[in-house]
Amino acid sequence: MDMEETPLPGIGVRREITLANGRRVGVVVMRDGQIELIVSEADDPDACAASLPLTPLEAAALGGMLGAPQLVAQLTDQHSELPGINTQQFVLSADSPYADQTLGDTRMRTRTGASVVAVSRAGGVIPSPGPDFELQAGDVLVAVGTTAGLEAAARIISEG
Amino acid sequence: MHHTTLILIELGAIFLGLGLLGRLAARVGMSPVPLYLLGGLALGAGGFVPLVGLGEFGHIASEIGVVLLLLMLGLEYTARELVTGLKGSWQAGVVDLVLNFTPGAALALILGWGAPGALVLGGVTYISSSGIVAKVLTDLGRLGNRETPVVLTILVLEDLAMAVYLPILTAGLAGLSLWGGLRTVAVALLAVTAVLLMALRFGPQISRLVHSPDRENFLLKLIGAALLVAGLASTLQVSAAVGAFLLGIAISGSTAHSAAKLLEPLRDLFAALFFVLFGLSTDPHSIPPVLGLAVGLALVTSATKVATGAWAARHAGIGVPGRLRAGAALIARGEFSIVIAGLAIASGAVHGQLAALATAYVMLLAVLGPVATRFVEPLGRPFLRGRKVPPARK
Repeated sequence: MDMEETPLPGIGVRREITLANGRRVGVVVMRDGQIELIVSEADDPDACAASLPLTPLEAAALGGMLGAPQLVAQLTDQHSELPGINTQQFVLSADSPYADQTLGDTRMRTRTGASVVAVSRAGGVIPSPGPDFELQAGDVLVAVGTTAGLEAAARIISEG
Repeated sequence: MHHTTLILIELGAIFLGLGLLGRLAARVGMSPVPLYLLGGLALGAGGFVPLVGLGEFGHIASEIGVVLLLLMLGLEYTARELVTGLKGSWQAGVVDLVLNFTPGAALALILGWGAPGALVLGGVTYISSSGIVAKVLTDLGRLGNRETPVVLTILVLEDLAMAVYLPILTAGLAGLSLWGGLRTVAVALLAVTAVLLMALRFGPQISRLVHSPDRENFLLKLIGAALLVAGLASTLQVSAAVGAFLLGIAISGSTAHSAAKLLEPLRDLFAALFFVLFGLSTDPHSIPPVLGLAVGLALVTSATKVATGAWAARHAGIGVPGRLRAGAALIARGEFSIVIAGLAIASGAVHGQLAALATAYVMLLAVLGPVATRFVEPLGRPFLRGRKVPPARK
């Protein structure tokens, strides 16, 4: 699978991948940084069925959601010999009390025993974030812990 | 009434009227240019409310409008985009030029307007409005379409062609001898090449020279540089507009982006005045006699633009519906056709009817182009059957 990059003179650049079923999915990034999500039409591969303008926050959240499952699958695979240890992902929504706070402020490890092992943000992954790591709305937190610990962690992330 | 007072009142009324017209245009989602022209027609000699006394100021202001239009055009594209477009798609550029310059030039010759008339009207029918096309494609959500880069590349090539065409036009209108004309064109080509090379190598340095973190400073430097370069280009008889265009190309990166943002309102102001004054110089009574010609020319050159877009899109491996979309997108003519006609009228070297014909022609296609772009979609549908989705690359 290749990422194809096509310059759009005067407008910006289009980046896309062609899926196994032949559809194109990608983004148009404008000169001023504005992002549009594009999905090609099923019966006319040249045309677009959707082209949705995203705010930077929305784009980051979408990137996180798309990137995190693969990370979770990898970690789950690695803990498969340790019974009782699970991996789970949480999306930090904009109304979470910890948006714009540090990871240390959540005191997640102390309160639940679960630890955040990675944060997926804007399509990239930040491994082993420290206590002074600043959380942003749209971040996807990947946490490892017991089932009970992870449930408690989910509550902390959403309610405080 | 005092002369200055009268001018202030007139300008105020014009801008206020244009603002209202622009609002109307935005509401129906069309380009304001045809409405500005219409406004000018209504106010000009023989119009409903004749205006007087704008003479010298109006002349300078519309000249600045043209300089700003071309400067913004140059800012829109980077030197690299121009060179890539030229290398990869020059054939499409040639097809575009042959198919769309010829009808205008031929009509001018048939009407007996001579070589200068042919040069002007050919240019008017050749150049699509990059402003209208880019806006329509964005509004229709077609930026992700595969034919869109093809359309944009043709626009880039047309704009680059302007840098060579405008000096030729200036020379042709000034009635220069063959030797004088060749010299002007050589100077223009040399200037274009030099600027492209400089922009490719020293783009960041040139940008840093103009850039300033302070808005006021930045604006003054930009306008100063633009007018200075435009004036110098004019002395070399390369056309002031080309000088501004080349300056725009030389400025690149984030400087170009912030410059475009800063200049946009000024461009809108002066360009609006330019369009109105162009309309003012045309007697509305001269429009009906050429209306039939304008409609015919519009139909023929719509067909040739569709053919151009379809040819280029086919060349890029795009299906029939995409080819039609690409062709229809290119139909719109607008600001630069008027710039060309305006230069011709100002020189006084062409037949008076040309202004009327160009005005009617641009008003038609600035409106019809976007409409055609929107409604060409269903026409391509029947061709979809049997077109297979390309296999995924692994």
